[in-house]
Amino acid sequence: MNNKPRFSKSTASSAKRLFSYISRKHLGAFIFVMIAIVVSAVAGVVGSLFLQVLIDDYITPLLSMANPVFDELAKAILTMAGIYLLGVAATYLYNRTMVVIAQGVLKDIRDEMFVHMQKMPISYFDTHTHGDTMSRYTNDTDTLRQMLAQSFPQIISSIFTIVSVFFAMLTTSWMLTIVVMLTVLFMLRVAKSLTGKSAKFFFEQQQSLGKTNGYIEEMINGQRVVKVFCHEEESKVGFNELNDELCHVATEANRFANFLMPFMGNMGYFQYVLLAIVGGALAVSGISTLTLGGLVAFLQLSRSFTMPVSQVSQQLNAVVMALAGAQRIFELMDEEVEVDEGYVTLVNASCENDKLVESEVRTGLWAWKHPHHDGTTTLTQLKGDVVFDHVDFSYTPDKQILYDISLYAKPGQKVAFVGATGAGKTTITNLINRFYDIADGKIRYDGININKIKKADLRRSLGIVLQDTNLFTGTVMENIRYGKLDATDEEVIEAAKRANAHYFISLLPEGYHTKLEGDASGLSQGQRQLLSIARAEVADTPVMILDEATSSIDTRTEAIVSKGMDALMEGRTVFVIAHRISTVQNSNAIMVMDQGRIIERGDHDELIAEKGKYHQLYTGAFEEA
Amino acid sequence: MIKQLAAHIKDYKTASIKTGIYVSFEVLMEVAIPFLMAYLIDYGIEAGNMNLIIGLGLGMLLAAGLSLFFGLLSAHYAAKASAGYAKNLRQAIFYKVQEFSFTNIDKFSTASLITRQTTDITNIQNAYQMIIRVAVRAPIMLIFSLVMAFSINPELSLIFLAVIPLLGVGLYVIVVKAHPIFEKVFRTYDHLNNVVQENLRGIRVVKSFVREDHEEKKFEEVSERIYQQFSKAEKILAFNAPLMQFAIYTSILLISWFGAQMIVSGYMTTGQLASLITYATSILMSLMMLSFVFVMITISRASAERVVEVLNETVDLENPNSPVTTVKNGNVTFTNVGFSYSNSLDKLCLQDVNLKIASGQTIGIIGGTGSSKSSLVQLIPRLYDVTTGIVEVGDVDVRKYDLQTLRDAVSVVLQKNILFSGTIKENLRWGNKEATDEQMIHACKLAQADEFISAFPDGYDTYIEQGGGNVSGGQKQRLCIARALLKNPKILILDDSTSAVDTRTDALIREAFLKEIPHITKFIIAQRIASVMDADAIIVMEEGRIDAMGSHEELLASNEIYQEVYHSQLKGGNDFDEQ
Repeated sequence: MNNKPRFSKSTASSAKRLFSYISRKHLGAFIFVMIAIVVSAVAGVVGSLFLQVLIDDYITPLLSMANPVFDELAKAILTMAGIYLLGVAATYLYNRTMVVIAQGVLKDIRDEMFVHMQKMPISYFDTHTHGDTMSRYTNDTDTLRQMLAQSFPQIISSIFTIVSVFFAMLTTSWMLTIVVMLTVLFMLRVAKSLTGKSAKFFFEQQQSLGKTNGYIEEMINGQRVVKVFCHEEESKVGFNELNDELCHVATEANRFANFLMPFMGNMGYFQYVLLAIVGGALAVSGISTLTLGGLVAFLQLSRSFTMPVSQVSQQLNAVVMALAGAQRIFELMDEEVEVDEGYVTLVNASCENDKLVESEVRTGLWAWKHPHHDGTTTLTQLKGDVVFDHVDFSYTPDKQILYDISLYAKPGQKVAFVGATGAGKTTITNLINRFYDIADGKIRYDGININKIKKADLRRSLGIVLQDTNLFTGTVMENIRYGKLDATDEEVIEAAKRANAHYFISLLPEGYHTKLEGDASGLSQGQRQLLSIARAEVADTPVMILDEATSSIDTRTEAIVSKGMDALMEGRTVFVIAHRISTVQNSNAIMVMDQGRIIERGDHDELIAEKGKYHQLYTGAFEEA
Repeated sequence: MIKQLAAHIKDYKTASIKTGIYVSFEVLMEVAIPFLMAYLIDYGIEAGNMNLIIGLGLGMLLAAGLSLFFGLLSAHYAAKASAGYAKNLRQAIFYKVQEFSFTNIDKFSTASLITRQTTDITNIQNAYQMIIRVAVRAPIMLIFSLVMAFSINPELSLIFLAVIPLLGVGLYVIVVKAHPIFEKVFRTYDHLNNVVQENLRGIRVVKSFVREDHEEKKFEEVSERIYQQFSKAEKILAFNAPLMQFAIYTSILLISWFGAQMIVSGYMTTGQLASLITYATSILMSLMMLSFVFVMITISRASAERVVEVLNETVDLENPNSPVTTVKNGNVTFTNVGFSYSNSLDKLCLQDVNLKIASGQTIGIIGGTGSSKSSLVQLIPRLYDVTTGIVEVGDVDVRKYDLQTLRDAVSVVLQKNILFSGTIKENLRWGNKEATDEQMIHACKLAQADEFISAFPDGYDTYIEQGGGNVSGGQKQRLCIARALLKNPKILILDDSTSAVDTRTDALIREAFLKEIPHITKFIIAQRIASVMDADAIIVMEEGRIDAMGSHEELLASNEIYQEVYHSQLKGGNDFDEQ
């Protein structure tokens, strides 16, 4: 219960923020909706008064006529028909406009959430289940739909009616109006406590839905493993736990929300009786000026007053749920983004009179543009010179991963990292592209501290191939082109040839236009790796990071791939993490890592001669050959 | 479809029925109250009779109290029934997916299965709650009001009989037009889920290629599509409210016109006209409620169809009748096996495979990328059914086994390994629920995982993030091997499961296998010759066929492909030896 105040505070701010989405882009349309709603409500109110007019002004006079003429009545009815038509048209217009506004707002929210998510640091993605995040785009956004499209207009229309009826009541009898206000205040108090309860449970429901979504995502994604281990029953047990929990909070949330309608409706009747008795006493005793006829009129008004009040309360159900969804959406939007204080950018350059000059067009020559305090800029050619200077790093403060790492890679050099799994090899590459920031020490890129380089520009200069290939739904062509969006078909095919992926691609049913679905389960792991190498090839970056990039490719193919890569390696700095000797042995420098430290370094021959860990690691390979 | 959906109400039937009953009582009270009100005005207030006012007032209070009581009860049961129903449906889908074969899994995308279990079910839940509350309330009010209207003035009431069918036609048109668009909307939701899911999984690729803008564009496209489709569908539904209003207003005007003439000619009183209009409003209000139900049903129908689609999916791998429940030994035989993922003879990715492997043998499988090595071994635990020929395990056709028995006996470490969020222990227990700490440590020692696990601060209780994000590739593979070993299988299949493990550790794993589990038949798919060269026999695969099979020495002497692979790797090895 102690999280309740936190919730109600943020509920108010969520509502405000939600409204800002309407006012930002759709203010004109929204004002139009308000006007149409008022028109529609006025038509309704006029309609409800029409009966009295009909009887008093038309039927009664007609009754006294010898030869009744219905012309006047026809005119009145036609006028009324006109007003009604106007009302119907207004109703249609506001409904139609409001759904478009609502969908527009939902789209804005979705898009903004996604754009924000793209800026968030890797650490967020490493620590949150995918399904829960996905739930925010669907389940949580959905809760807003009903509220915006239906509840919102209904509430505005009701409030309009409430206000106008209130003034009518006040002119009839202020004493009875006080009675009405007192009961309404009581009703609102109870309504508030009910919505408070249901709001708490709706929030829990959306959270629970997110958790369930996360579980389903993980299990269904791992369904093959589930099958292989006959783990179906256990997976059901885990699911049932979450599902029961979800059912429990959903029941509670809906229960309290459902209570509103009968409560408000019947409180209206209680009020009616109270008014009849108090009013009757007032009128009969003559304490006030209220007549019996006035009391009857007042009683009718009180019905028109409580009716919209209970209508609003019915809509609160949807509102409360929507605010619970909104809160989760805004929670994601408020996640901290990657800090990027870099100001050095990557620009195209050309060489004129031995001097680098910034160029508008793509020249194939790149330079770092380094602005200074005095307004001048210097250009440094992008070469791919990487230096680690006493770098320490830890993912969490309590556990250091890297200790005092110093190394350098000259442009065009190949630096390999070997060592037992968990020694910190991948972590080093995570630091070069700044997925994570170092705790102590410096990393320099072409002599520039990488903290000064804009992240996007830094990453654009680095090609990366990971063991987990992560292809996207789309054609083979599109997947390779991911490395360089403006690559021509020829460039893509050329890159595929270099990566030795061309052969298998041409055997696919539709060649480069074969559509890959989801995780490309139709391809073998090795084929996926070839595609991801081609993807990095086409990006054509001065620095390449290969993290177990060829582990699932058979050695025959790898030999061919690396031939192509060797040709490309010219002028490229390459960081390689691999277990295969054939992949690392021709490196300029090999770093042997152990528990976050570099324990040996040198080229292949030197390390073998040293007879240390490197020698020991790899003599397992062909001992009997 | 309705029958099928209704079957899952199950234990929430009582709550659903109770909702209906309490709603009826509630409505009866609500209908009674206006009578009391009219009485109160006519005979109490108009006459200034305080006693009658208090008496009737108390009567009204009683009625309202009862109505409140029943209202709260029905609210309670409605919530219980609808949330419970959603729970049952969600469970039904999840259970169904658990029965799916690999072929079924290939058919549905993860994203669409998720949408079905959350978004779609939520739609159905809302519709169901609406139905059990309103579908009872509205007809009762409708019938009651109609009866009252006819008893006052049958001729004028005929107007309702004209208006209601017209309204029905209008509603029907709306629903028919909107439904196909809603179907599209939810398919687009699948796309949305897919884009987000791929983005989340591939976030490292996205960030390192600086493709955030590209991803945003992709997302925006889908998001825009949802916007377009949803707006289009909802614009059609926006006709609903004005249509209703139009019907109400038309009825009122018609009643006013003809009613006025009747009054003038003395057929009717003004009081009756007033009541008739009141009933007209409540008739049309109840129709309005029904139309809301229709809208909800329209939205949820598309969802319901998607749910039923999963429930109706025929699982193509079924347990046989009177299955064999013990696997005698680890013998494996393939006889003239051909296999195609699409189950068609002209797209075979495995052909003419004949194998005879005795219990306890170690079989290496080597072959180029895409040569169907994985397809071959996946037939052994019957993850797919053969297209032609027979696969036998323990000298019995795999199709005759109880699936669980077979898969418990045949342990596969898939190429695409997945760990689940949870502690290392929890992940290991997938292999054997009742595994003791000693057994787990033993398995991890065999898989050479014990050393690095013990180095973690929390040891075996270290929490693994989803997909094993916080352990390295090689650690993940070793954990997966340990998990498979805990099953204590008769056959163990490693599908390129040590690719990210360093060679020395790889050798240690094989050595441990040889010493500790000699009785288990082992299939090892690998890229490194070193991983398979000690095997009793090595299968060389090439484009879906067995190119050759024999020992390391035999193949080295006679098989061209094997020689080529060997020499490409040996170069490195020779260098070591020369040092």
